Amino acid sequence: MTKDDLRKLIEEELHNIAPETSPADVGDNEDMREALDIDSMGFLTFVTALHKRIDVDVPEVDYPKLFTKRGAIEYLARKISTPGARDRSK
Amino acid sequence: MPSLGSDMEKGTLVEWMKKPGDTVRNGDVVAVIETEKGAIEIEAFESGIFERALVELGQTVPVGTAIAIIDGARAAPAPEPVRPAPAPPPPARVAVVAPAPPRPTAEIKASPAARKLAEERGIDLATIKGSGPEGSIVYVDVENAVAKGAIAVEKREPPKKKPAGPDLAAMQTIIAAATARSKREIPHYYLTHEVDITDALTWLAKTNAKRTPDRRLLPAAVLLKALAAALRKHPEFNGFYEKNAFHASERIHVGVAIAIRGGGLVAPAIHDTDKLPLDEVMDRLRDLVARVRVGRFRSSEIADPTITLTSLGERGVDAVVPVIYPPQVAIVGTGTPRKRPWIVAGKVKARDVITISLAGDHRVGNGHRGALFLAEWATLMQQPELL
Repeated sequence: MTKDDLRKLIEEELHNIAPETSPADVGDNEDMREALDIDSMGFLTFVTALHKRIDVDVPEVDYPKLFTKRGAIEYLARKISTPGARDRSK
Repeated sequence: MPSLGSDMEKGTLVEWMKKPGDTVRNGDVVAVIETEKGAIEIEAFESGIFERALVELGQTVPVGTAIAIIDGARAAPAPEPVRPAPAPPPPARVAVVAPAPPRPTAEIKASPAARKLAEERGIDLATIKGSGPEGSIVYVDVENAVAKGAIAVEKREPPKKKPAGPDLAAMQTIIAAATARSKREIPHYYLTHEVDITDALTWLAKTNAKRTPDRRLLPAAVLLKALAAALRKHPEFNGFYEKNAFHASERIHVGVAIAIRGGGLVAPAIHDTDKLPLDEVMDRLRDLVARVRVGRFRSSEIADPTITLTSLGERGVDAVVPVIYPPQVAIVGTGTPRKRPWIVAGKVKARDVITISLAGDHRVGNGHRGALFLAEWATLMQQPELL
């Protein structure tokens, strides 16, 4: 999965949470939660979707790393490429 | 047609979830109606066999109208041939100004380009007559509809993504009426209280560290569950003020104020909040927020909250001084948890502190009782492991 794929996936999931917005227009370094008015329930939904779709289980302590699109793409790319980093519990 | 609050006068039938001959159990969703509050699923309050519909799709009827016959005496499906459901009438109204009852969009034949344009312009495909093969809707049909309806669309509120979603302008009218009545009739008193919830947040972090995202808990679930537990000891805040008297409710249905994306506000209930384990409260909350986001909740959820919780914490404010939703007699709120200098055992420490608040009805109780209730809620929310 390339970084472009990750970006697409992230924007898709953000759109599911905030259907009236266009996440593609959010700047890479903007706080997505503020830009798209996503609350803690919305963010949890986002993290849950990532776990389901690409098997990356983001622990709560890492949430702040995913508050921007750039941060989320980098974080997920790293997790996917690191052997054993993905959730093997399923 | 059930009444989903004193402000509701009529509803429009948009979907049958049961057909003649179907078995209906108490609590099953039998139909979907559209009101100013959005699409609401109507639940059956008795069991039996769905005999027939009395109201056609798209029909708007006053509260109290029988919409279907459920035969409670028959235990098994009808032996005689099942009568066909009445065919949906053609969309009666021209849509852009007054959306006709939507058909499920997936069933409508339309080209992808037509669909895209219709979505962009906020036009319901169900309202367009197709000129393509087998009556399918093609791009030019949507263009024509846009041309005809453009002025009307622009003058109205921004196009709605979900035709069956809540009518936000109508919803605002309802909120205005309810809050004005509240401020006119209810002598409010207000209390606030600061609570150190560091231990609760630490417990949540530890608990969530062992869980996959789909099973994690949010502080909101703890606040909800603790509130319901506190209400068991303070029933004078749980119920309704009607006909000049307070009627306590045996059951505790906490209404959760949820902002609808794009505007609007609803506070559907989580039934029997006090009886659910914490995990279950969280599951219900997830489910409720997901459905409210698309403007879909159930009749019983809207009709009977016995108290309301509003959490403006998400928006970064310190505290909320809320307005009671009549005929309820109390509403509680929570602000944003913040790190504050706090004195613990004689030493100043950085602790997570939240401001909780209560607006109570002075016809029913007083500030002293309110203080005891808030203190109980505060104590319980600090011990989520005991909830």
